[in-house]
Amino acid sequence: MTTPSTPAPYQQHPGVPGYVSPVPLRRATLLDALASEWTKIRSVRSTIWTLGVMVVLVVGFGALIALALRSVDLPEGESPVSLGFVGVLLGIIPVITLGVMTIASEYGTGMIRTTLTACPSRARVLAAKGIVFFLLTFAITLVATALVSAAISGILGGSTAGSVWLGATVGVSAYVALLGLLALGVGSLVRHSAGAITIMIGVVLLPLVMALFMMSEGLRDVQQFLLEYSIPSQLAIFYGTPMGEDGPTGWESLGLMGALVALVLGLAFLVQHKRDV
Amino acid sequence: MSASSVAGMIEVSGLTKRYGEKVAVHGLSFHVSPGIVTGFLGPNGAGKSTTMRMMLDLDHPTTGRVRIDGKRYAELREPLKYVGALLDAKALHGGRSAYHHLLCLAQSNGIPASRVGEVLDVVGLTAVANKRSKNFSLGMGQRLGIAAALLGDPEILMFDEPVNGLDPEGIHWIRNLMKSLAAQGRTVFVSSHLMSEMALTADHLVVIGQGRLLADTSMAEFIRTNSRSYVRLRSPQQEQLLDVLHRAGITAVTAGHGALEVDGVGAEELGELAARHQIVLHELSPQQASLEEAFMQLTAESVEYHAHAQPTEWRT
Repeated sequence: MTTPSTPAPYQQHPGVPGYVSPVPLRRATLLDALASEWTKIRSVRSTIWTLGVMVVLVVGFGALIALALRSVDLPEGESPVSLGFVGVLLGIIPVITLGVMTIASEYGTGMIRTTLTACPSRARVLAAKGIVFFLLTFAITLVATALVSAAISGILGGSTAGSVWLGATVGVSAYVALLGLLALGVGSLVRHSAGAITIMIGVVLLPLVMALFMMSEGLRDVQQFLLEYSIPSQLAIFYGTPMGEDGPTGWESLGLMGALVALVLGLAFLVQHKRDV
Repeated sequence: MSASSVAGMIEVSGLTKRYGEKVAVHGLSFHVSPGIVTGFLGPNGAGKSTTMRMMLDLDHPTTGRVRIDGKRYAELREPLKYVGALLDAKALHGGRSAYHHLLCLAQSNGIPASRVGEVLDVVGLTAVANKRSKNFSLGMGQRLGIAAALLGDPEILMFDEPVNGLDPEGIHWIRNLMKSLAAQGRTVFVSSHLMSEMALTADHLVVIGQGRLLADTSMAEFIRTNSRSYVRLRSPQQEQLLDVLHRAGITAVTAGHGALEVDGVGAEELGELAARHQIVLHELSPQQASLEEAFMQLTAESVEYHAHAQPTEWRT
């Protein structure tokens, strides 16, 4: 026999009409994608683990420090609520992990191909993931920071201004959730959990660590900038304990983080259309 | 375009995918029609999965296009209601239960949650609906993938190597499933590297090798043109037999175990020829080359990963 070099011409199969499903058609919207992503995020253990660890770190460290400092006088003008800072600083790590995992685990497992087959609009998938992750993280962080602020006040007493309360709960929670959203954006760009988590930990820690070693006079300005704008420093601002004099205020740092998130997520939106999965 | 008006029709035209220097899919054009099972056949690495990913808009073609019901896949607003696809059994998050995996897919297309229970029932996974899928066997993973494909009750179904990892009972089940889906008027497009599997299920065949179209034909036509019949001869006087055949203008090919194979000449004629020259024959048997062999011949030049130990001589 010979190998046919030109395939036989296509012939229409006669007589069989296409299948018509009895299931009614309804236009899928972003709300459907949100419902889908909500199911996804609540049905994996990594969500329970990371957010659980975050709550334990935030509440546990805050309460422990408060108990340890019961007999010590706080510096003049500093609210006891600011002692919650250390717990939140540690609690950032699991939030970053969850942010990255929310999207990178889909690439790691191959789930992304199923997801995008079900919803070919990549923008809608990324938007839904971002919204669900942000709202969930914000809500849980708000509960944790409110709990720890109340616990510290309860243990140490003292008066705390309303604006500090607001910063230590709503402000901090929004900042942490935005940071997690940044991690989600990085996860979408890198598509690799370990890689993206490493990058994010670097983003959080490296500026501050670098600043500590910039001892020479010529680098004084750079050091000052890094000290004021590193993520731990910006977090400290919400507690009324900034590391520099001229750094951003709490709401400014929220704006800065928001801009950074917009930049990275915007890039992720642009890039994902061109890439294969 | 007239073909685009047919519901459930997939048109692939001039599809090419290049990864740097390497061309994975090369100018592929074919149609997939409703009401029949279309087999997408090719050796490993022929570009089947790449083609299917491009059909689903997961990968972007370098050139060419795919139209489903006349539309790009990405233009389908609730794609699960048009196309159900099983890409690979492990395209899911192992930490999620079968139920939640299907629920999140259903929700993204506005499919009622009650449908999840129905498809779990169809594939026989109801008992393990709340188990995490990472502990599933390959066969259970395939069933879950098929459940996901059936979720939207779609008019088109695409299965990439669906029998992989299934036990005989599971293979039997999926063959019947594909046939019954096609009988309902749906379009069924299924890839495989096993000709024997396709021979049992497919009505139409699209064969590719190294990303190029090798055949686009009905199964019956493929069998008719590709199943080579020949006669196997064995004789203790092989040299004389070869000599006689040569003088009669008949080409014989030596096969393993001292056998000769002759194409295009009947067993009767060969027997009489041997008798006339008083050559003893130990075997004179008409043979039908299997479809598997036909497929191997068709794709011989385009097999990307050759095993270098051939048990018998390579016949062309």
